[in-house]
Order: sequence, then C-alpha cells, then structure tokens
Amino acid sequence: MIRFLVKGILRDPSKSIIPIFVISIGVMVTVVVSGMIKGILSDIVNQNANLDTGHLKIMTKPYADNKDQLPNDLAILDLSILKESLELNYPNVDWAPRIKFGGIIDVPDKNGETKIQGPTIGLAYSILNKESKELKRLGIENSLIKGEIPKSENQILISDEFANKLSLNPGDEITFFGSTMEGSMVFEKVIMSGTIRFGTPVLDKGSFIMDLTYAQKILDMEDGAGELLGFLDKEIYNPIKAEEIKKDFNKKNANNLDEFAPIMLTLRDQNDLAPTLDLMDLITGIFILVFVLAMSLVLWNTGLMGGLRRYNEFGIRLALGESKPKVYKFLLIESLIIGSIGSFIGTILGISFCYYLQEVGLDFSDELAGASIVMPSIMRAHISVDLFFVGFVPGLISMFLGTALSGRGIFKRETARLFKELEV
Amino acid sequence: MKLTFRIIVIFFISIKLYSQNKTFPSASSVIKKIDFNMLSKSQIINSEMIVYGKRKSRTIKSRGYSEGLNKNFTEYLYPEREKGTKMLRLDNRLWIYSPSTDRIIQLSGHLLRQSLMGSDLSYEDMMEERKLSEIYSAKIVAEEKIEDRDVWKMELTALVDDINYFKRILWVDKQMYVPIKEDLFAKSGELLKRISFYNFKKTDGRWYPRKMNYKDMLKNGKGTDFIVNEIKFNVSIPDQYFLKSTLKE
Repeated sequence: MIRFLVKGILRDPSKSIIPIFVISIGVMVTVVVSGMIKGILSDIVNQNANLDTGHLKIMTKPYADNKDQLPNDLAILDLSILKESLELNYPNVDWAPRIKFGGIIDVPDKNGETKIQGPTIGLAYSILNKESKELKRLGIENSLIKGEIPKSENQILISDEFANKLSLNPGDEITFFGSTMEGSMVFEKVIMSGTIRFGTPVLDKGSFIMDLTYAQKILDMEDGAGELLGFLDKEIYNPIKAEEIKKDFNKKNANNLDEFAPIMLTLRDQNDLAPTLDLMDLITGIFILVFVLAMSLVLWNTGLMGGLRRYNEFGIRLALGESKPKVYKFLLIESLIIGSIGSFIGTILGISFCYYLQEVGLDFSDELAGASIVMPSIMRAHISVDLFFVGFVPGLISMFLGTALSGRGIFKRETARLFKELEV
Repeated sequence: MKLTFRIIVIFFISIKLYSQNKTFPSASSVIKKIDFNMLSKSQIINSEMIVYGKRKSRTIKSRGYSEGLNKNFTEYLYPEREKGTKMLRLDNRLWIYSPSTDRIIQLSGHLLRQSLMGSDLSYEDMMEERKLSEIYSAKIVAEEKIEDRDVWKMELTALVDDINYFKRILWVDKQMYVPIKEDLFAKSGELLKRISFYNFKKTDGRWYPRKMNYKDMLKNGKGTDFIVNEIKFNVSIPDQYFLKSTLKE
C-alpha cells in the first residue's frame, strides 16, 4: 500500500510539491531557531560556569553578600581543610579555588615612571599546577592570541584588547598595583607572557590571569581563596545533582555560627541565570507550539485546496466502491509520507544552517560592549541529537493534523452527486 | 488697620533678625577660624592610622610633611610591609614610591577615589587640603549639644566643581572653633562619610584634634582611626622633600 502511495506521490508531484515546500521551510526555521537558542543557552551556561560561577560555588556568607565588591578580606581561609572535606563528601566533584582582585596595571617608561596605566581585574586560576584541570577548562590554549601560557609564577596573561590599549608585547615587564586581602599596598613586577581573548566583553575590557599560588602569596592569602568552584562529573552541568549537593552542604553548615561560615550556591543561583535559563526554555517551548499550530493551519488550508483539486479523484474512488474511511485512511498515510519527505528536507537544511552558525556564529561584540555580565560575544548555534527531532516530529504532526482536518470533506462526498457532475 | 498690621509684622521681623544676629555669629567668620585651627603654612605630623578590618586590625605609622595647601609628602614607617613607601602630592597629582619594586607610580583620575591602604580614607581625602572658606558657602542652621559641648550646626555647600564632597554638615565647637563631627555628602544627597574628632589640644595657639575617626558610610565596620602623635606648625621644611626625584632616595 505504501509503495502504491509513494508511486502516486512521485508520479503526480503537483499534489505534494506545495506541502513539501511549506513543511521544509517550517521545519528548517524550527531547527535553526532551536539550534541557535540551544547554542546560546549552552554557551551562556558553559561560559558562566567556566569563568565565573562553576556548577557550584562556595564563598563565605559575608563575601557572598558583597561579592560584586571583590571583598577578599572576607575570603575563605583554611582552604585545604575545606577542600579535603569536600573531596571526601562529594568525590565526583572537581574543586577549583579562585581569587578575583582589583588594581591597576602600570607600564613604566625607561626611567621607571608611569608611562601608561589602566584599571584591571586580576583572575587567579591554578594554571601552573599540573594536576589542575583549569587550563583545559578555561580553554586558555585555544584563546591565546599572542605569546605563550605562563611558565613561571611571575608571568601573566592579559586580555588582548587591554594589552593593545597599553601597547604591550609578550615579554614586557609591568607593575601590578593593588592591595592585599587586609588592605596593604601591593606592588608587584610581573611579565606579560601572552595575550588572551576571553570572548566576554566584561573580561576582555581589562583583565589578566595570574597563577593562583602566586596571587595567594602577593595578596597575603596563603591557604585562602575568594571563591571555591565545583565542577560536576565530566564537566557537565546537571541542575538536579547540583541542587542536591547544595542542599546537603548548606544543611551541614546550617548550625555553623562562625561569621565566615561557608555557603554553597549552584550555577542557577548566580548572575540571574535562573530566570534567563527558564525564560529561554519557555521561549523554545512556545516557539515549537506556535509552529505546530501555525503549520497545521497552513497545511489544513493546503489540504483543503488539494482536496478541491482532487475532488473528482475521491468521487471516482468512492464510485468504484472504496469506502469513505478507506479513502480517508489512504489520505492520512499519504500525508505522513509527504510530511516525512518535507520534514527530512527541512531537517537537513536546518542542520546545515546550524552547522554554519555553529562554526562561524553571529558576532554581537559591538552590542555587548558595555555589558557587565558574563555573556559570549559571538553567539553560536549548537547541534545536538534532539535537533533531528525538534522540527521533524512537529512537521509530521502538522501535516497529519492539516490533512486530518481538510480530509473530513470525504465523508460529505455523495456518490449520486458525482454522477451528476460527470454528466456535465 | 493695614498700617498697624504692617508695623507689627516689621517689629517682629526686626526682633527675629536681631535675636538671630545675637545668637549666631557670621558663618564665614566661623569657617575662617576653623581654617586657622586646622591648616597652617607648614606642618610636620607623626601619626598612626588604625584600620579596623573584618578579621583583624592593622596599625600603620607615618610621618607627613606639608607646605602650603598644595605640597604634601608622607613616608610610611610601620609595619614592615609598608616601611619605606612614600607618597608625594603636588597640586592634584599624586606619586607613590614602592621600595620593593623601586618604582614610582602616578595615580590620577578615578583611581584617587580608591581606599588608602584598606582604610576608610581615599587618596582624594588625604589630598584635600583646601581652605573650607574658599571652596564652600556656609550657613549656621542650628545650635545643638554634643557630648555636653555647645556646638553650631553648619551647612556647607560647594562653590567649586572639582570637589570631593558637594555638601558638608559640621558640628562646630563654640569655644574652640573646631569641628566635633562632620558628615560628607555627594551631590545626590547621599551620606558618604562621617568624621568624628576627639581629644583636642592647643598647640601654637591652635586647637587641633589628636584623634579622628573616618567612617565610610557605604561600608560596614568601625571605620578608621587617625591618631596624631606629634604635630608641629609653621616649621621650615627643606624643598627637597617635595621633589619627585628624591622619592627614590
């Protein structure tokens, strides 16, 4: 039967060409939009997790309350004891201590006096420790623009935009001027080993990366860190698992009366990510629902027009003795075949577009120039297995629904009327 | 009838004006007396700053030399980490010398609003030495009592644009002509800092507080104490103290 229907579709393309075209376009748009939303979402999640929030983050309570001010005087101390207990209780989580600190980068002239300077944010990651996953996690090697990754403790990486503003080249000696966790002045001569592109305007404007152990030394924060980030197994964010660990940790520390007791947050609790992620999920859902409804209406209309064109065909088939339910059933199966062809073409086209947007992306650097949150400046699509279904299934359903609605006309067809029409 | 009413009104206004003049001296004369007490042609001051941190407190000792209103040199003496650090201010420029790196760094613009060594004072606060009578218009708004001392409550509004605090409210001791408390406001009206003055002593005919507490009202905590251990007014200071080239010496 299916072979017969396929032959019919192929031999008479006029009855399938418009529905296939409509479905292909609709499915393609759905796949591209879904891929783009997924890509942006996963980029936001990954970039926030890797650069700022982790999947989990531990801070002291007062630090968490004032974290925008980078209050390192409120940082976690006795870090090794805390880390040891975390590794024991949550063995599948990788814990990465980090420090963020403010100051200025001062470039000297040949007399050792200020030539040019700029405010900066220092980011201390464990990049010289060979056991640490931070280098890989932050993708530092791939983000390197000039020079090389620091090999010794007094070497730093500066954001490329900032280094260009200060006219710095790899190997140049500069001075970091800031303050220790208690507020004493810090003057530290460091060497810029290379430049890096974070891909986030807020960091690209004026940041540098320093090794954590060295930062702890110059900021008087031995065995301390502003934040302790946790990354779940295989570096994949699992909101349910993260929430479970957070609840367990905070429950254990609920009776800790220390003013500087630690508190744990999940990725969703930070940087207003929860409403952002929920909103984007909602938009994806609404988009697919609207697509199915709109396509059903379009295909209903297409089916009605096709039905009118095939008015005589149905009449003759009924006259030859086919039952109305059988004709209707054939029509529905035919719609599934046409829907499959259209959805297949649309999915292939959509995936191809997504692949292009995944590799090249859309550059929003100018629009995000003043942004103060961690957002990727190049928005990319993300191809995942579900993209193969996200357009295909609604495409199929909408064609089926459209045909089911328009095909009801078969049951109103009267054989007696047909003979009258044929006489004419 | 109308004339009688006018005479009564004029009579009461005259009484009011007379009584005001009798109670409140001219605000500008009070401000000038404050300037006389707090500022001098030159000063050498040995001081310590106690910064009350969240976890622990730090004491920083320094010796400062100032000449006129535009030259100031400070050398930090204690603790070991700050020892040898020097700051030189000439007009509105500030240089900091660090012995550990043997570098002179110039601070300017918004960087001057940063905290000085983790204290509640900013570099700008430390640099501000202009006469109040030249940069603010003043009026006395009330008489009050603070810790059993009679004070005038004065409101100062900026006359110039390049100023750290647009408005100040001062509680000025009636006998000594020195502020006992001072609230510093932004142009928006937000209270930014509060300075409390204690332990006044008379030296060379000037009343001068030996202890001040600076409190950044945007931060929690006890603020920063600035204690004057020794102060000399109108002494001769060699010019070389105010040369950038001598910072490294």
